[in-house]
Amino acid sequence: MVHVSMTVNGRNVSAEIDPRTLLVQFLRDTLRLTGTHVGCDTSQCGACTVHVDGAAIKSCTTLAISCNGSTVTTIEGLAKAGKLHPMQQAFQDNHGLQCGFCTPGMIMASVDMVNRCGPDLDEATIRHELEGNICRCTGYHNIVRSVAQGAREMGAAATAQAAE
Amino acid sequence: MYAFEYHRPTTLAGALADLENADAKPLAGGQTLLPTMKQRLASPSALVELSGVPELSGIARDGDAVVIGAMTRHIDVAQSPVVAGAIPALAALAGGIGDPQVRNRGTLGGSLANNDPAADYPGAALALGATIVTDRRRIAAEDYFTGLFETALEPGELITKVSFPIPQKAAYVKFPSPASRYALVGVFVAKTADGVRVAVTGSGESGVFRVDSFETALSANFSPSALDGLSVPADGLNSDLHADADYRAHLIGVLAKRAVAAAG
Ligand SMILES: Cc1cc2nc3c(=O)[nH]c(=O)nc-3n(C[C@H](O)[C@H](O)[C@H](O)COP(=O)(O)OP(=O)(O)OC[C@H]3O[C@@H](n4cnc5c(N)ncnc54)[C@H](O)[C@@H]3O)c2cc1C
Ligand code: FES
Ligand code: FES
Repeated sequence: MVHVSMTVNGRNVSAEIDPRTLLVQFLRDTLRLTGTHVGCDTSQCGACTVHVDGAAIKSCTTLAISCNGSTVTTIEGLAKAGKLHPMQQAFQDNHGLQCGFCTPGMIMASVDMVNRCGPDLDEATIRHELEGNICRCTGYHNIVRSVAQGAREMGAAATAQAAE
Repeated sequence: MYAFEYHRPTTLAGALADLENADAKPLAGGQTLLPTMKQRLASPSALVELSGVPELSGIARDGDAVVIGAMTRHIDVAQSPVVAGAIPALAALAGGIGDPQVRNRGTLGGSLANNDPAADYPGAALALGATIVTDRRRIAAEDYFTGLFETALEPGELITKVSFPIPQKAAYVKFPSPASRYALVGVFVAKTADGVRVAVTGSGESGVFRVDSFETALSANFSPSALDGLSVPADGLNSDLHADADYRAHLIGVLAKRAVAAAG
């Protein structure tokens, strides 16, 4: 067993774990944060996407112990004070989900995309940047619309905050 | 996954000591190693996490070369102003590996140590005439790639950094597998003071290789038309469910021309 501690959604957590424990198992089974999904378990689908130290990664392909000392954000950590994150709201507004299984990963990947590529995203960029996420339901059109709106609103929120 | 011991050294010497155990393996971003262990195709007795070893990171210009630490992630190479300024083709290659999540963890050293026949970096290393620097020696790319998933690395030998000579012009064009983004075929063309080098990844039965006939033609005349009428034999190329050897041979010619055009 090894000792792991990290900050997850602003909370300090620690546990004794088997070194084999994947980050997604630690999040779901130990911390009971079941918003992060396992679609494929083979690094293909992106349903397990979370942020580690600000970067989107596949938590089925990362050891929990590798994240010792890191800051992790999951889908549960996006909403603030009962208000959905702009990217979550955009998926709701644009019907960017059907069964919802891929959605937590899509949203975490999309927030990372905006952080790296800025709030003005054209369709080609959004589709290219979502290559690590698979959706079996929507056909992607509404996901692309959702990401474009979420990105704009993240940009507007950042501008408003800077003005304050 | 089978059980393993976990080590996280904070110095290169510490990492090498941990790797003296014959069944220990270095862990970079885990983007290949962890899936392989999940499938029980690898069962190291110990994993030696390299992320805490400062000697393995960093990107710097060193005279006529760009030197990149083994633990540098694909995203860092893709976004590096140093790489973009000196070898833009290399930055573009890194930005086209897999998907953003893979680029956020996958590393240069892990990719070269693994030598997947469909990986992108082996094409760049061979075409640019890179030197793979390890804890004990310097290995020319020519001598480094020895076959499918095979390299000149000895057990316990660690890649510390890779030195990429800066070419006059270069471009990489790949036909990505629509599912994984790995190269179905990828062609890296580099024009250097000593002539043109063309490396092909994604295709060879024993991994990355150079194409002498293309190099001779392009060294005489660096334009896509110099490749008219030239082709690579399908013998020795992979056939799989994605593409057969004839199709790969055809794509090599097409992508080589596109790479020359892109290099300008
Ligand atoms: C969905 C997906 C898509 C991908 N698409 C592409 C693609 O389009 N193109 C492409 O080129 N690659 C692709 N990859 C692979 C990716 O580029 C990784 O970089 C590569 O798998 C190596 O992973 P890693 O750096 O995390 O190394 P690890 O998986 O941690 O290690 C790989 C191997 O290298 C050894 N190793 C690691 N570092 C060193 C070192 N410094 N010295 C000696 N040995 C070392 C390890 O022991 C292990 O055997 C893809 C991967 C995934 C999961
Ligand atoms: S569950 Fe991690 S990529 Fe599919
Ligand atoms: S909404 Fe069902 S998988 Fe995407």
